[in-house]
Amino acid sequence: MKLPQFDYQAPQTIAEAIELLAKYEDDASVLAGGQSLIPLLALRLARPAVLIDINGVSDLAGLSLAHGQVTIGTLTREYRAEESDVVADRLPLLAAALPLIGHAAIRSRGTVGGSLAHGDPAAELPAVALALDATFVVRGATGERIIKAPDWFEGYLTTARRPDELLIEVRFPAAGPGTGASFVEVARRHGDFAIVGLATSLTLADGRISDARLALAGVSDVPVRAAEAEDVLIGEQPSAALFGEAARRATAGLDPPADLHGSADYRTKIAATLIRRGLRGAADNASERQANG
Amino acid sequence: MVDITLTVNGAIRTGSAEARKTLADYLRDDLELTGTHVGCEHGVCGACTVIVDGLPVRSCLMLAVQAAGSEVTTIEGLAPDGGLGPLQQAMWDSHSFQCGFCTPGFVMQATALLSHHPDADEQQIREALSGNICRCTGYQSIIDGVLLAARRLRQPAGQGE
Ligand SMILES: Cc1cc2nc3c(=O)[nH]c(=O)nc-3n(C[C@H](O)[C@H](O)[C@H](O)COP(=O)(O)OP(=O)(O)OC[C@H]3O[C@@H](n4cnc5c(N)ncnc54)[C@H](O)[C@@H]3O)c2cc1C
Ligand code: FES
Ligand code: FES
Repeated sequence: MKLPQFDYQAPQTIAEAIELLAKYEDDASVLAGGQSLIPLLALRLARPAVLIDINGVSDLAGLSLAHGQVTIGTLTREYRAEESDVVADRLPLLAAALPLIGHAAIRSRGTVGGSLAHGDPAAELPAVALALDATFVVRGATGERIIKAPDWFEGYLTTARRPDELLIEVRFPAAGPGTGASFVEVARRHGDFAIVGLATSLTLADGRISDARLALAGVSDVPVRAAEAEDVLIGEQPSAALFGEAARRATAGLDPPADLHGSADYRTKIAATLIRRGLRGAADNASERQANG
Repeated sequence: MVDITLTVNGAIRTGSAEARKTLADYLRDDLELTGTHVGCEHGVCGACTVIVDGLPVRSCLMLAVQAAGSEVTTIEGLAPDGGLGPLQQAMWDSHSFQCGFCTPGFVMQATALLSHHPDADEQQIREALSGNICRCTGYQSIIDGVLLAARRLRQPAGQGE
């Protein structure tokens, strides 16, 4: 399948990119890593008249830690984030999720912002962003908007970004030494999109859970926060019984989609198993980080 | 058409490409480097894997115009004299391939892995190659070949095996 025809634009600055977006709006697609967009073009599921290739806009890539926040430029490649010490130390949840994205050759080009702008409900990074309450910064001709993760994911492959806006960066609250994380998923093969995935971040203080954040991938048309489970966990000591109760509460109201890869019932069962497994992993990771921290 | 200049297997190549042409097609059709194979043409099979600026990349998911200014290595660039490189030799010795359609993708992906992780163990090799599809071998002999290459590359010439 060869790619359909399009007009190709390669801006070198953010201002140029925004100008092009203002001009073409819905007729244009932003090309970042291309690891989702190029397959969509090949399969004729996307037919933009114009591609705005932002790979030459070096200001959009980069990763920094300041004021308790890790800011990741949209064009930061997934493998770069994976190799980053800041991510390893201060974003253990992102560090756990990145290696599960596709394969090495996908992460060479795929970008953190590209995955979040794409908004696949089965993808890892949207669940991470939702669990951590990440902040999205978008810019258009009329100025900048700041959007919180729960408002960002609007539906299947749909975000709050307007057609004339460029995603600039995503900000994540940095984790302290008492916070541990895990990303667990069930996929048909390593590197496939998850059938169900779970992002978990737990903070322990004096042996009790002071903060719990869980977000599920693959159970709806957007990533879903498991708020009922979080409520059960806060203030308690980690235990298998507690994690079992959290899994029951979180899955009671789930109504996941059914498809070729699994029925709704199967997905619900996986979700419960993942919640028990993910909480155990995050609690162990928190203890480890506390010991090393 | 967009004018592009890139380095392929150490040689500077100048030409022009339609924006929608993938790097895979540019290598095969314009540069006549048909060692890079195209299977699925949408990123899932790994047959088209090449190395761009030191990283493994699916050449069907990159535009030729995006490779301008980059250094690209294809299967033809691994042993320029027509012989076999150490990884290719080890894979030959391990009967790593049958029909050979997937071969260039596996060899390029494994080359990228061993250049970054010369000490890769079996688990890491399996993970690194998990994005490449082979319809013939059942993978075991491919893993064996890469493991053998890693072992040989760690040993000084003339010792062992
Ligand atoms: C074989 C294969 C397996 C994969 N497996 C997984 C997996 O297991 N998990 C997973 O999460 N992903 C997976 N992916 C997808 C991969 O993570 C993509 O890299 C990612 O989803 C998109 O990032 P990108 O930078 O490639 O974006 P692109 O493909 O370039 O863009 C994706 C979408 O986002 C828009 N966009 C990108 N950047 C911006 C911006 N700055 N502003 C506005 N809009 C923007 C584009 O217009 C497009 O609509 C896989 C891909 C392949 C080919
Ligand atoms: S042809 Fe590129 S991944 Fe299949
Ligand atoms: S040897 Fe035939 S596809 Fe791998």
